Amino acid sequence: MSLREPGVVVVWTDSIRPSAAPSGAGVSVRPRGREWSKLARRAVLLGVPLGYLALLLVGPLIAVVRGSLADGIPAFFDAVTSPDALHAFLMTLGMSGLAIVLNTVFGVAIAWTICRDRFVGRSLLGGLVDLPFAVSPVVVGLMAMLLFGRHGWFGPLLKQAGIKVIFSWPGMALVTTFVSLPCVVREVTPVLEEIGLGEEEAARILGASPAQTFLRVVLPNIRWGIAYGIVLTAARTLGEFGGVLLVSGGLAGKTETATLLIYRQLEERHDTSAHAVAVVLACVSITILVVMDWLKRRRDRDLRDVGS
Amino acid sequence: MTELASRPRHTRRIGALRLGVRSMVVAYLGAFVLLPLSAVLKVGFSKGLWGFAQAILTPDAIAALWLTLQTSLAMAAINALLGTWIAYALARVNFPGRTLVNALIDLPFAIPTLVTGVMLVVLFGPQSSFGLWFGEHGVRIMYARPGIVLALLFVTLPFVVRTVQPVLYEMDIANEEAAITLGASPFLAFRKVTLPGLWPAIRTGTLLSFSRALGEFGSVVIVSGNIPRRTLTAAVLIYGEIESGRPEAAAAVSAVLLAVAFMSIVLVENFQRGGLPRELA
Repeated sequence: MSLREPGVVVVWTDSIRPSAAPSGAGVSVRPRGREWSKLARRAVLLGVPLGYLALLLVGPLIAVVRGSLADGIPAFFDAVTSPDALHAFLMTLGMSGLAIVLNTVFGVAIAWTICRDRFVGRSLLGGLVDLPFAVSPVVVGLMAMLLFGRHGWFGPLLKQAGIKVIFSWPGMALVTTFVSLPCVVREVTPVLEEIGLGEEEAARILGASPAQTFLRVVLPNIRWGIAYGIVLTAARTLGEFGGVLLVSGGLAGKTETATLLIYRQLEERHDTSAHAVAVVLACVSITILVVMDWLKRRRDRDLRDVGS
Repeated sequence: MTELASRPRHTRRIGALRLGVRSMVVAYLGAFVLLPLSAVLKVGFSKGLWGFAQAILTPDAIAALWLTLQTSLAMAAINALLGTWIAYALARVNFPGRTLVNALIDLPFAIPTLVTGVMLVVLFGPQSSFGLWFGEHGVRIMYARPGIVLALLFVTLPFVVRTVQPVLYEMDIANEEAAITLGASPFLAFRKVTLPGLWPAIRTGTLLSFSRALGEFGSVVIVSGNIPRRTLTAAVLIYGEIESGRPEAAAAVSAVLLAVAFMSIVLVENFQRGGLPRELA
């Protein structure tokens, strides 16, 4: 059987890539009705997912912005600059910062061990690292209580030492760090695997110390992976709620993060101010999203450079 | 043999630095992940197998676990269909604003889940125009099952889209075009040519979203209304048990959630090992 003439192929290609301009010859060959069915098909193909996204993502976003402005713009600013709100934002920033530092340092070490080290049980590390993403935040809070609470495993020990973990910031920091532990590891591991051993071995053979090799060869190669991991950690930690709710004790102006503040304001029926704080958090999230998008492109470009 | 011989010797020698990093990593993960996990399991089973069974077989716990399973399964089914649809539209159709929509998909990963719940209540709550309209027709969205499913859909949106999309990019479009050239309708070509190659990715994404949904708390606690035996999910039940001073019961239900989430992760790993290489080759 012989191949069909090329012109026909072009027309049919257009029907599954509707945006491509149909070739003049193709349009004259095809009957009119096909154009309409093509349009209808495109409308369904795009309309359903875009409508779904509008209803699920964009609609609620617009609704909460409108809700937060229900009492006017001054009320919005009063709500997000009240002492409680400012303290909550600071608290959230502090927890995120701690988690970012810990997870970056240990995350790079973990990724390096997963990629470069060889020992019995190493393959288990990957599974352990992913575990925090599979655990419900409430269960994370429970874990912290069982370990560090009054009747927990280390409870008596901590009481003797006079250290308060639960219902205080160290417990919140622990929970926040736990839930975001995989972020940096997951982003750095594929980059380390991609760049391979070549450059590192060359540096070592040419006389660089392990520390020099890491700082001047490995680190520049994985910097975008680390940056992306840090942004993910920031996103994950800013929104941490379930675990922190359990271990914080919810002391307003003391151990209250931004998400906890929203929750308390909802319970106290201060809906408008809760919505205002929620809008601020949503704005931060959207900023993070934009940064993520930019970093992803930077990283992919770097990966391509390494690959070529 | 030759491979071994050509390998530089220093990669096999264990330096002090490497040993240090290794022990640090193992100690950190052990203390941070393994220890808390064993604490939950130990406390969950502290009253023996019978005590564990009693804790998860109370009417409240059964209802909560059943509700969690139902809503997560409903979410997974919708996600599998619409997630694939979104991924296909993004990968194969050119339309104005595609870059923006593509970036929007990651929004649920960035937005705090609690804020998700708040947003959904504002839009679909009983006092909202949506809620009023649905209320007139006798459908309750918020503080009922549809609200929970909606919240889970929002929170897990990226999973299926982001696993299916790269496979579509890798896949050769020529096969689908050939099928159409040979007379298949576009839908038939998609079903018979493209879809078989997408199944592993769809399965992986759906399972990931399912295991994520099982433990979802922040958004669900806001939208569900938390009526015991009616709209109280397992994660919220765990929270309640801890707050009322029953850590053993909380740990027992947690163990069940962990087990189900763990099983779906294992399934994902199996699928990835068995399924993905064909498409990525």
